[in-house]
Amino acid sequence: MSLTRIYGLFLRHFYLITRSLPRVLDLVYWPTIQITLWGFISNFFATHTTYYNNAVGVILTCAILYDFLFRTSIGFNMLFLEEIWSRNFTNLFIAPMKIGEILTSLVITALIRSLIGLVPAVLLTSPLFGISILDLGIFLFFLFLSLYIFGITLGILVSSGLLRFGPSFENIAWSTMFLLAPFGCIYYPIDILPEIFQKIAYALPLVYIFEEARNILINQTVNIENIYYAFGWNTLYFIVSIVLFYYSFNAAKNKGTLINMGE
Amino acid sequence: MKNLIEVKNIKKNYGKKAAVKGISFNVQEDEILGLLGPNGSGKTTTIGMLLGLLKPTSGQIFINNLKLEDNRIKILEMINFISPYIELPKKLTVKQNLYVYSRLYKVRNIKERIEYLSEKLRIGELLENITGELSSGQKNRVSLAKALINEPKVLLLDEPTASLDPEIGDFVRTFLEEYKKENKISILLASHNMNEVTRLCKSVLMMKNGEIVDKGKPEDLITKHGRNNLEEVFLKLSRSKNELN
Repeated sequence: MSLTRIYGLFLRHFYLITRSLPRVLDLVYWPTIQITLWGFISNFFATHTTYYNNAVGVILTCAILYDFLFRTSIGFNMLFLEEIWSRNFTNLFIAPMKIGEILTSLVITALIRSLIGLVPAVLLTSPLFGISILDLGIFLFFLFLSLYIFGITLGILVSSGLLRFGPSFENIAWSTMFLLAPFGCIYYPIDILPEIFQKIAYALPLVYIFEEARNILINQTVNIENIYYAFGWNTLYFIVSIVLFYYSFNAAKNKGTLINMGE
Repeated sequence: MKNLIEVKNIKKNYGKKAAVKGISFNVQEDEILGLLGPNGSGKTTTIGMLLGLLKPTSGQIFINNLKLEDNRIKILEMINFISPYIELPKKLTVKQNLYVYSRLYKVRNIKERIEYLSEKLRIGELLENITGELSSGQKNRVSLAKALINEPKVLLLDEPTASLDPEIGDFVRTFLEEYKKENKISILLASHNMNEVTRLCKSVLMMKNGEIVDKGKPEDLITKHGRNNLEEVFLKLSRSKNELN
């Protein structure tokens, strides 16, 4: 692994963000809108239902967590798509970069992009709704870390598809998170899902993360098992995504996708 | 003279379709070899395989005596590529792009290298400009600077002067001649500009339907086929049925 090359690829995207105010505003705009909207919905439910009346910020906290996951995953895909749209893809893959270096650089850049969007939105929640996500305590870090790993995993899986099938896979890149959201049990307990869907949900790290966030906020207790399960599934999916990325890279070299990308 | 590129019987099939059918050639140090052929003849596929973007179905490629299959990163450090079909990130300034690629190629004296290429390619005053806002001629010279940022031993050029006006085209060709002479690099030039090929290349390969149908010095090929120039030779070979030598 070469830090120089990882830094080089990071710079390519960093320059892109810092050169364009609309890009920065775009990163901040959607999380802020999303969280403001869910803040008002959260306030409404907190005053009109018994389930949430002891924890005003449950829905809003889950909205923030989900948004972080969404931004991380989409952010990773965006970095990959930027190379295709700018017809720079070939230049990148003929540079002497190892796959691990490309992935590491994109993983770091995706985190920074997500934080640029999320931090202002999180800071808004306190003055607007009197809620602080920091109420989750030290476990907030583990929940965020778990979501970050899963977001990156989804990003790598979609990028594998882009490598293997080319730009036509782009639509899938946008729809992945929407497909998984119902199974993630972001705003509701898993019992709401039909039994067959519960089985699918239990095979995703999301359900453990959001169940635990609600558990901490509503019951003021910590079920460490949920965090273990989340990390267990995350590890499995992350390894699968890396293997698939390497497989797709080799398949693309056989099929010729790398040389035709962007056309 | 040492061979910097050695291609040994490479084939590339896409399913049942053979894009390249077992071609072999060498490019020596300080040589420009022309790769000619009509569209679909296998030139881009061949270049793709030399860049490690495509895996040959069979055969071997050696760059500077290193087998490409086993030394991809080492080889990519010593080669580079320019094509009108690929671009540098449009929103970055020229300087930012050159700086990013200097990092990716682990260039040691980045500032000096960018200054040297800026002067040689006359892009000094463009360094702070947005790459996407440059004219074709300016973009071409910036792409060439990127392609030379790592002081490559091997340079692969796909239509390097396509869409350039005659003056800029001539500037690029003169630059390539001088740069090759000073740095003893090998260049594989794929071009449809026969005057350019005649001027720059010591020898040429004529490809058609994935095969090399003829090869030799431009003047020898013109004599051999009884034509007036390389363009007429190209047309004769392109229009004829497969004619293997």
